[in-house]
Amino acid sequence: MTALQAHDLWKYYGDFAALQKVGFEFAAGSCVALLGRNGAGKTTLLRILAGLSQASEGEVRILDGNPRQASVRSRIGIIGHGIGIYDDLSAEENLLTFARLYAVPNPAKAVDHWLERTDLARVRRGKAREFSRGMRQRLAIARAFIHSPNFLILDEPFTSLDDRAIALLQGLLKDALHQGATVVLSTHQLKEALELATHVLLLNRGKLAFSGVRTAEMLANPGWVYQHYGEAA
Amino acid sequence: MRDKLIYGAGIFAALYFVRNLYVILLQLPDEAMQGAVYRIFFFHLPPYFTAVACFLGAAIASGLYLKTKNWKYDVFAVSATEVGLALAAINLVTGMIWGRQQWGIWWTWDARLTSALITWLIYLGYLMLREGIKDPSERAKNSAVLSIFAFFAVYFTYKANEWYRTQHPGPVLTIRTGKNTIDPAMQAMLFHNLGAFLLLAVVLVAVRMNLENSQRAVESLRRRAHAIA
Amino acid sequence: MTYFNQVFAIAGKDLRSELRTKEALNASLSFAVVILLLFSFVVDPDSEMLEQMSGGLLWMVFAFSGVLILNRGFARELPNDCLDALIASPIPGSALFFGKAIANFALIAIIEAICFPVFGILYNLTWTAQLPVLVAVSALATWAMATLGTMFGALTVNMQLRELMLPMLIYPMLIPALMSAMQLTTLLVAGQAIDSEHIVWLRVLIAFDIIFTSLAAVLVETVLVG
Repeated sequence: MTALQAHDLWKYYGDFAALQKVGFEFAAGSCVALLGRNGAGKTTLLRILAGLSQASEGEVRILDGNPRQASVRSRIGIIGHGIGIYDDLSAEENLLTFARLYAVPNPAKAVDHWLERTDLARVRRGKAREFSRGMRQRLAIARAFIHSPNFLILDEPFTSLDDRAIALLQGLLKDALHQGATVVLSTHQLKEALELATHVLLLNRGKLAFSGVRTAEMLANPGWVYQHYGEAA
Repeated sequence: MRDKLIYGAGIFAALYFVRNLYVILLQLPDEAMQGAVYRIFFFHLPPYFTAVACFLGAAIASGLYLKTKNWKYDVFAVSATEVGLALAAINLVTGMIWGRQQWGIWWTWDARLTSALITWLIYLGYLMLREGIKDPSERAKNSAVLSIFAFFAVYFTYKANEWYRTQHPGPVLTIRTGKNTIDPAMQAMLFHNLGAFLLLAVVLVAVRMNLENSQRAVESLRRRAHAIA
Repeated sequence: MTYFNQVFAIAGKDLRSELRTKEALNASLSFAVVILLLFSFVVDPDSEMLEQMSGGLLWMVFAFSGVLILNRGFARELPNDCLDALIASPIPGSALFFGKAIANFALIAIIEAICFPVFGILYNLTWTAQLPVLVAVSALATWAMATLGTMFGALTVNMQLRELMLPMLIYPMLIPALMSAMQLTTLLVAGQAIDSEHIVWLRVLIAFDIIFTSLAAVLVETVLVG
């Protein structure tokens, strides 16, 4: 089943084309590593996939629906540049709020489960602003996964994660992929991402420079895609 | 070709105004109760109607922009609003001058003046909003929403102020009062000057739209230059 | 009902957050009391004029101090990109709007509930003669403020000069509702019922609320999605 489809995507900011004629298709269960220099358009593309922004032209279909549809959004989990948690609320309250927004069937139980899973159960009543950075990141991960999404959009998720959080996230992503979820993640941390990835996309100044399967060669030499398809240094 | 049309219309509007001024100043008789100063009325009411027409046009264009995301609607909306704001200012100033002559005061908080001032402030807010948002798409989208709100607010304000205060002269046009309260020659001139102002508004909006389009072209070239650099 | 659950999840979160820190609430309340105090220098507290100005004074206080609360509305979503997390969630734009408007409404209502007695004490006026109707009128006018404030909060959330722009946009448009509230409040504080001469103000308030709430509920999603 095709989980992700983009067709002739263009995104303009005024006259500036941040994305130019981007198109791709991925089946369910794929893990797509989205690569590109800063300013290539990765965040722009991810925001369109997440339904935060609308493409100027072209079509995107996620899980066979429009990303803005509520039924599709309830199946998507996102981690953006900002962690998306409320500093004034406790870990428990944060997760409960999002569980209710996502209409999770048994919110209290889901919150308990994810506090355990991210090792935050001890500090469930603590305010998020009092947490260490690693704890905040784990709370963000819990928030993204609390509604058991089967489509994940992650914008540079490994950036500035501590090793415990990286391991947690990788484990969760592996489990999700194993259960048939689809993952799109942008990253500069090539090694961690390529370990998980089944496919690779390279964006170059808004255009798709490479789209293909992740090979063993890429895993051995993480910079391979940039070397062969990236812009000249 | 389009530019020639605009110039032609502009010249025609100018001539129309000259002709109207001639009639207003030299041919029309003094008004029964107000003497000579009533003539400013011809530069007080038509700008108001024209401004409202501009604001309505802007609101409709804003709605169309939200629906189609076509830039030309956004360009029209901002141009029409700016021209409307200028005309509304003329309305306010001429009203103040007239009031000073008639009642000895520069300002009074009656229904019409108050709602005219509020309207002016509402659309000033529109321009300030546009000034404050840098990204063109977001600017167009958000100001379109504001324009729609603004037009509803203007209607409400007008109605509410009508109930609240009344010192301003009531309606005089035959279409509103249904009977003859105004000299037919004066009424005719009113419509003539309205025509002149409407034509002027069309010319100004067209010129402003050209300006806006050029400005966007420059902005995008600048952006492109930065992207290459 | 998922929709109501989502609305109250947002309202609850906002209220919990604000009541915990009380930043905006304290600022707003202090400001309100200061204006009430300052006004005693404008009008002789013992004069008859005060009875005629009570509605005007009170609603000026609520409008000015209310904006301090409305400014926080969408601004509280900016740290940590929480606004993105909300927009990406399945909550409909209108539900997000109602949740925030309800929270803003409740907070401004708290200010009002404190200011009315303070006003009564400072100016030696009884104001409770028509209490139920007064509460209803205040609720309608406060909802008008909350609606416009939440909507324009969404409109200006990403602007640098948001705290200047928000009052600039709200006040002119709010005037019909404020006028109505002032007229009715003056009447009710003086202990008189709303008569046929003044019922028009009630109609203006109700129409204002209905029209602008509908407009906002429809347009807010357009504003929030880039």
